[in-house]
Amino acid sequence: MRNWFNRQNIVSLLGIVLLYGVIQGLIVLDIMPPFYKLTLIQICIYIILATSLNLINGITGQFSIGHAGFMAIGAYISAIVTAIQHGPLALGLLAGAIAAALAGLLVGLPTLRLNGDYLAIATLGFGEIVRIIFLNTDYVGGAAGFTLPSTITWTWAFGLMAVSVVLMKNFVGSTHGRACISIRENEIAAESMGVNTTKYKVIAFTMGAFFAGLAGGIYANYFYIIQPMTFNFILSFNILVMIVLGGLGSMTGGILGAIVMTLASALLAGVPEWRNVITAVLLVLMMIFRPTGIMGTKEFSLNFLGKKSEKNAASKN
Amino acid sequence: MPLLKIDNLSKSFGGLKAVSNLNIEINEGELIGLIGPNGAGKTTVFNLLTGVYDKTEGKMEFQDKNISGLKPYQVTQRGMARTFQNIRLFSDLTVIDNVKIAYHQRTSYSLVSTLFRLPSYYSGEEEMQHKAMELLKIFNLEDKAEETAKNLPYGEQRRLEIARALGTEPKLLLLDEPAAGMNPQETHDLMNLIRWIREQFKLTILLIEHDMSLVMGVCERIYVLDYGMIIAQGTPSEIKNNPKVIEAYLGEEVV
Repeated sequence: MRNWFNRQNIVSLLGIVLLYGVIQGLIVLDIMPPFYKLTLIQICIYIILATSLNLINGITGQFSIGHAGFMAIGAYISAIVTAIQHGPLALGLLAGAIAAALAGLLVGLPTLRLNGDYLAIATLGFGEIVRIIFLNTDYVGGAAGFTLPSTITWTWAFGLMAVSVVLMKNFVGSTHGRACISIRENEIAAESMGVNTTKYKVIAFTMGAFFAGLAGGIYANYFYIIQPMTFNFILSFNILVMIVLGGLGSMTGGILGAIVMTLASALLAGVPEWRNVITAVLLVLMMIFRPTGIMGTKEFSLNFLGKKSEKNAASKN
Repeated sequence: MPLLKIDNLSKSFGGLKAVSNLNIEINEGELIGLIGPNGAGKTTVFNLLTGVYDKTEGKMEFQDKNISGLKPYQVTQRGMARTFQNIRLFSDLTVIDNVKIAYHQRTSYSLVSTLFRLPSYYSGEEEMQHKAMELLKIFNLEDKAEETAKNLPYGEQRRLEIARALGTEPKLLLLDEPAAGMNPQETHDLMNLIRWIREQFKLTILLIEHDMSLVMGVCERIYVLDYGMIIAQGTPSEIKNNPKVIEAYLGEEVV
């Protein structure tokens, strides 16, 4: 009987706990400089954003570039709940994520009939519309935005990131995830194999929007201030760059891309005038020498552990 | 009572009538051939049946239920599966994943048990793995289960496409030129395979083919299509000697 308690899952869980513990220890003991902590929390936010966009672009093959829009909805709704209505943080984050998911559902139903460039343009337009709505809403401070207390700790950011990634990975590794992948591979064949392609596109899109909204909530409740300008097209584009760099369609690739890009941007903070040049050159080189991204569609996995235990079980029989 | 009844079916693309007043009846368990020169409208018939195209006029009934207006995935769920003339595998996925996607619609575990890896996820996946492996064994592909589909030789890709179609557990299987690009030996093996899966899976099969040795060898009844119309139907020997069929294929002067 195979169930949750297999070797892969236990090793992964131990790895996650260990990573959390070490960094939490460094923070508690005050060894970690504040700038590093900020970068680590940024990495968590970008990992959620990259994996959730990967669900739409990489796994399901729908080219969406409006991710900042969903993030903005999550950020604003959660900030309204926590700062203006003085609700608990968890409620704010959940409300932000659900609002973004609803927006994803509403936008996805009509636009997912489009494909390729048309979908990209529609989602790009959506992202800008969201930003401009917030820009013109006085309740949330218009262009100046509004400030709120920073309540997100490393524990919150890391915990939410780990849970999000595990949930998305679970989705991809199931029959539902395979249905999404089949759409990417060949939509006509997927449809004729009995896959309701519209339904699965909408599921992937809504789920991607949910986690983008969650990331937005974490962002808002960590950085003291939210402004419409933060959620512009450049942000959507940066998230896209992360998953292309890591490998479209690879969940671990998306994570890797988010880490590499955030670290690069933090390391180059001393030379702001060169930052964009260097990342652009890196990307061009990447596209020339490895256009599939770091991971391609492959996954880094602990499968070898599972195979070993299966072999052991087989030899015992 | 026929399994599939096509009644006066027509399809126009602008001014071009690709299929006109088509009448076909297929009984359960039959193996029927649909032949005709290039551009006669054979694949259009498949696309109409499976919901890829919407008909212009006429009626299509499958298992006594109207199927016109259904989407392709709904037609598949009703028990009709197809293969494609130009192979459409999920080419970057493994062989076994190709088959597992076909089992998707018969898998019952929910999105919630997927996300939280509840026991029904594990039992569902295990059952799927088992079924997919059984199917690959039948098609002699079990050693290649973990291979990427696009790396298979051409003949095996064709076999995998049929295996995948069977994964949807159909009653009626539509094969669109399964022998295209195969050599005589492979065609002969395919003929045996088609006969065998029909027995094994209790299938009804509708087959489009250019290879006459295959059609004449396995089909019990043949419909001949030319310019979107049925010009002849009957047993293979009747078709072989039908002057209209010879004319359609070889031209008037020969007759």
